Amino acid sequence: MAAAGDHEVKLLGFWASPFVMRVSIALNLKSVGYERLDEVLGSKSEVLLKSNPVYKRIPVLIHEGKPICESMIIVEYVDEVWAGMGPSIVPSDPYDRAIARFWATYIDDKLASAIWIILGKLEGNKEEAVEQIAAMLPLLEDRFKNCSRGKDFFGGDTIGYLDIALGCYLGWIRAVEEIVGVKLLDEKKTPLLVGWSERFCVDGAVMNVMPRADDLVELSKVM
Amino acid sequence: MATAAEDGMVLLDFWVSPFGQRCRIALAEKGVDYEYKEENLSDKSPLLLKMNPIHKKIPVLIHHGKPICESLIIVQYIDEIWSNNPLLPSDPYERAKARFWADFVDKKVYECGTRLWKLKGEAREEDRKDMIKILKLLEGELGDKKYFGGETFGFVDVALVPFTAWFHTYEICGNFSIEKECPKLVAWAKRCMERESVSKSLHDSHKVHEFVGYLKRLFGLE
Repeated sequence: MAAAGDHEVKLLGFWASPFVMRVSIALNLKSVGYERLDEVLGSKSEVLLKSNPVYKRIPVLIHEGKPICESMIIVEYVDEVWAGMGPSIVPSDPYDRAIARFWATYIDDKLASAIWIILGKLEGNKEEAVEQIAAMLPLLEDRFKNCSRGKDFFGGDTIGYLDIALGCYLGWIRAVEEIVGVKLLDEKKTPLLVGWSERFCVDGAVMNVMPRADDLVELSKVM
Repeated sequence: MATAAEDGMVLLDFWVSPFGQRCRIALAEKGVDYEYKEENLSDKSPLLLKMNPIHKKIPVLIHHGKPICESLIIVQYIDEIWSNNPLLPSDPYERAKARFWADFVDKKVYECGTRLWKLKGEAREEDRKDMIKILKLLEGELGDKKYFGGETFGFVDVALVPFTAWFHTYEICGNFSIEKECPKLVAWAKRCMERESVSKSLHDSHKVHEFVGYLKRLFGLE
């Protein structure tokens, strides 16, 4: 299969969005070249409104003129379209796949809203939100033990579906730690996750698309 | 032929749950034998609490002793294990679209519908408008197709059809006619009911409305 030319694949995104990051990582894992079209904070481009009329939000992947929306749906799409290139992202075993999808849904339900509450962008009790994250992490530590089977990532030897689902939040987790002065990822409580997070952030597919915590802290002040 | 117990297929469910019904419909479409276990949601079984410790919710599919939770994840699992009568299309773009719209049903229909019946007294004008908007978007996606899956009954059909048993309840709570607002959607619902997998899984809409009445009294909303 011919590699996709830059013009065939466009990603509507924003540098700080963890959801956009998921798509970038997936495309990088497959070595797919793409054009980045970044939205401006506070406004929505014509392209975005036209390609995602239902939710009007990023990320949107536009492949050969057709839009695909919702980050983990896009990740599965990328894995299927470029199946012959790079590592498999979605687990091959149907049961492992179901487990990965379950935990990705759980992470999105609990982690995203907790982070936005702590940053004051969503109504809610900040202390409870911190506790919610603290309660999640040991579960994810346990999940890592089960999924990784002694290897580097949830996906095994290479970054997979659940690594992408969780890893995209690492920048914001570090930003929140800085802003609130609370250690969320603690090597004493969840050593495996801490080790995983370090490996994830320096992976070739992640390094250039992971935002710096300092930049996110600055952004949270103006958002 | 292996019995459900030998094949190890158990579905923990609750009779009126649209999420449970999705799983029942998918299993029926595939012709898979399974053991149905009705849960008492005010007294959850040790099995449910063990199989879904995170959410403690139905439905849970237990296959060879291993639990799968979350209805759309269960439906995809069923579709991947049994390849007859595929629910998801084979083309990646069509699959992504199907997943998108099934996810839309999850994010919008249930939540808006719950607001419609939970509100004390008259449902707010806002929620009725929201529900009509949501249903019209779905109708737009259906277009003139026989099913959301095209000629074949598919993933989005399975995701949405259980909620059609709640249309009557939404109409009464919201004081509007879904047939008037979305005639194509209502026609689609009738076509789906001609399928045995659907008609045997869904309950009569008046029974659903009765159940909602019971819930309203339970929550002191009536």
